[in-house]
Amino acid sequence: MLATWPCPGPAGLLDEAAVAFDRGRAARLLIVPPLFEEMNRTRRFLAEAQRALDAAGIDSFLPDLPGCNESLQAFCAQTLDSWRDAMLAAARHFAATHVLALRGGALVFPTSLPGWVLEPVKGASILRQLLRARVLFTREAGLAEDSAELLEQGRIHGIELAGYRLGSALVEGLEAAVPGGEGPKSSTQRVIHQSELGAGAMWLRSEPGEDPAQSEALARIIAAEIAA
Amino acid sequence: MTHSSDTDTALRSLLSDVLGLSAERAAALTDASGLFGALPELDSMAVAGLLTELEDRFDLVIDDDEVDGDMLGTYGDLLAFVRCKRGET
Repeated sequence: MLATWPCPGPAGLLDEAAVAFDRGRAARLLIVPPLFEEMNRTRRFLAEAQRALDAAGIDSFLPDLPGCNESLQAFCAQTLDSWRDAMLAAARHFAATHVLALRGGALVFPTSLPGWVLEPVKGASILRQLLRARVLFTREAGLAEDSAELLEQGRIHGIELAGYRLGSALVEGLEAAVPGGEGPKSSTQRVIHQSELGAGAMWLRSEPGEDPAQSEALARIIAAEIAA
Repeated sequence: MTHSSDTDTALRSLLSDVLGLSAERAAALTDASGLFGALPELDSMAVAGLLTELEDRFDLVIDDDEVDGDMLGTYGDLLAFVRCKRGET
């Protein structure tokens, strides 16, 4: 279940973890998780989807982004490019044939692989929501902060948002990043909309939850389209 | 494009997504049901997510300065805010 893979880091390769269902089958799906809090909120949803994919004859791999989950790398050193390099390394290590990226994961997945993106989101939207959470949090504490000023500070010095220490390069990367890579070139991935899963999105939940029916619906879509 | 009872329905649906409420519990929310301050799971990150979804689903722009206890204290407060932003009152 828990596998490791060699990930590029500041001082060479080091092991990162992945939840893996690997029986050496032909269809091998790399799953690129959402970013920040949405990663935690969707973890059980994705693990359930992996079980359903396993039952449908599809191997799957859910790697940690460096700096997140079990990773020992520093979060503040991460950039969208470091995450892109990491996901490409994971795809190669696990010999992925397909990819599924969720939400902000669509900003960092290997775009050369065929597959799916679930409700992709722009980097600027992610950043705006993180800034808003900080402004609301400090206001509860009786302080006044301004989103625009915080953003400017983040571009220069980096900034702590919602408990994550974002480096300046990550702030700048998020401001500019659009899903699916650097241009409208790719038609190799299909967008899956939440409405296809038949219930409310797990990443919206304020407390992480699970919904086996939704996980199974996602696995069913992927299995059917791999078989097609 | 939608009238105010649709706003009520859509807002209950959004809260049920954010709070993980069943349809029955979402339908049972009254104007006096407490939100921000009453529900520990509605922390600042959850509220930020809620506002982003409000903007997307209702096609609104919400300024950070508009967000406070008056707007989010109860379900009735939030519904009144969204209706006002949509020009329904």
